[in-house]
Amino acid sequence: MYWTLFITFVKIGTFTIGGGYAMLPLIQREVVNKGWISEEDFIDLFSVAQSLPGIFAVNISIFLGYKLKKLPGCLVCALGTILPSFLIILTIALFFTQVADNEWVVKAFKGIRPVVVALIAVPVLTTARTLKLKGWVIVIPIVAALLIWLVGLSPIWIILAAIAGGMAYTFIIKEAISKK
Amino acid sequence: MIWLKLFYVYLKIGLFGFGGGYAMLSLIQDEVVDKYGWISSQEFTDIVAISQMTPGPIGINSATYIGYTAIHNAGYSAPYSILGSALATFAVCLPSFILVLIVSYYFVRVKNNKYIEAAFTGLRPATVGLIAAAALTLMNTENFIDYKSFLLFAAAFLLTWKVKLHPILMIIIAGAAGILLYA
Repeated sequence: MYWTLFITFVKIGTFTIGGGYAMLPLIQREVVNKGWISEEDFIDLFSVAQSLPGIFAVNISIFLGYKLKKLPGCLVCALGTILPSFLIILTIALFFTQVADNEWVVKAFKGIRPVVVALIAVPVLTTARTLKLKGWVIVIPIVAALLIWLVGLSPIWIILAAIAGGMAYTFIIKEAISKK
Repeated sequence: MIWLKLFYVYLKIGLFGFGGGYAMLSLIQDEVVDKYGWISSQEFTDIVAISQMTPGPIGINSATYIGYTAIHNAGYSAPYSILGSALATFAVCLPSFILVLIVSYYFVRVKNNKYIEAAFTGLRPATVGLIAAAALTLMNTENFIDYKSFLLFAAAFLLTWKVKLHPILMIIIAGAAGILLYA
């Protein structure tokens, strides 16, 4: 059983490129089809894993591991998820410094860097659209981005302020409005 | 003490990393590039590029790479650097372990929990700001070296946004374009 769990999560860690959400359909197919968890429970698990900080795929694997085999289960599942990317990046870290000075690699990365910035810039728009940000709420991401970018504030303060702000809005402002 | 610092920084990234990989980038960058200077902004961008093309979440990829590099640049040999990799990767996952175990063990209701819902009312819009901050901070002279960089950025932005070209394909094209443009 442990071996099956481990191999399943190694597979999930190996064949998904592009991070957490890209992993989702594969995780779902693997664990729901094996009968480890029902479709409904998986959707619940998904929303819970999303609400916690940390790496989404790791959260999911720990949850499933615990559900199936308690503490040893979550260690096995997490290790399976982490190991493929750990080994691949370690190999790259070991050898990248040796090819980094190669003329072709240098030129290729000169072209790649601005493109990577574009790959990060697009999700700003797509996420804003998915969240349907409208009205004065749009001020929040703009102020947050400017505070980090221009003032040099740590993103940790933004996250803490966002949590505090969300709480204050829900429990103080909204309640005050509903009482009126 | 580089080992403790590395552990502490990745523990923080694991604990405050809300909103997925892209939102995590600004947090990682703030700590490892701006605050500790373990890698340059250019190297950070390269790691993001490599992460896009290799399996696994960016959180793990960055911990593994930066753990190695930080220890290596502090003058340690390769086996120690590999240990640094493992330490940072372990640290970034540790908060997840603790939180998931607490939630599972005590059957804490996370779904439809009014406090978590309330926190996310603020966190959701802030996430967009975090991603924007990561993009803006990387728009610097290390990554944008001349007018060609801006052209590549604009083209990639449109191709990703409108045509929804796959990131891997985008990076391969960008690499080829770099070789041709900077010949």
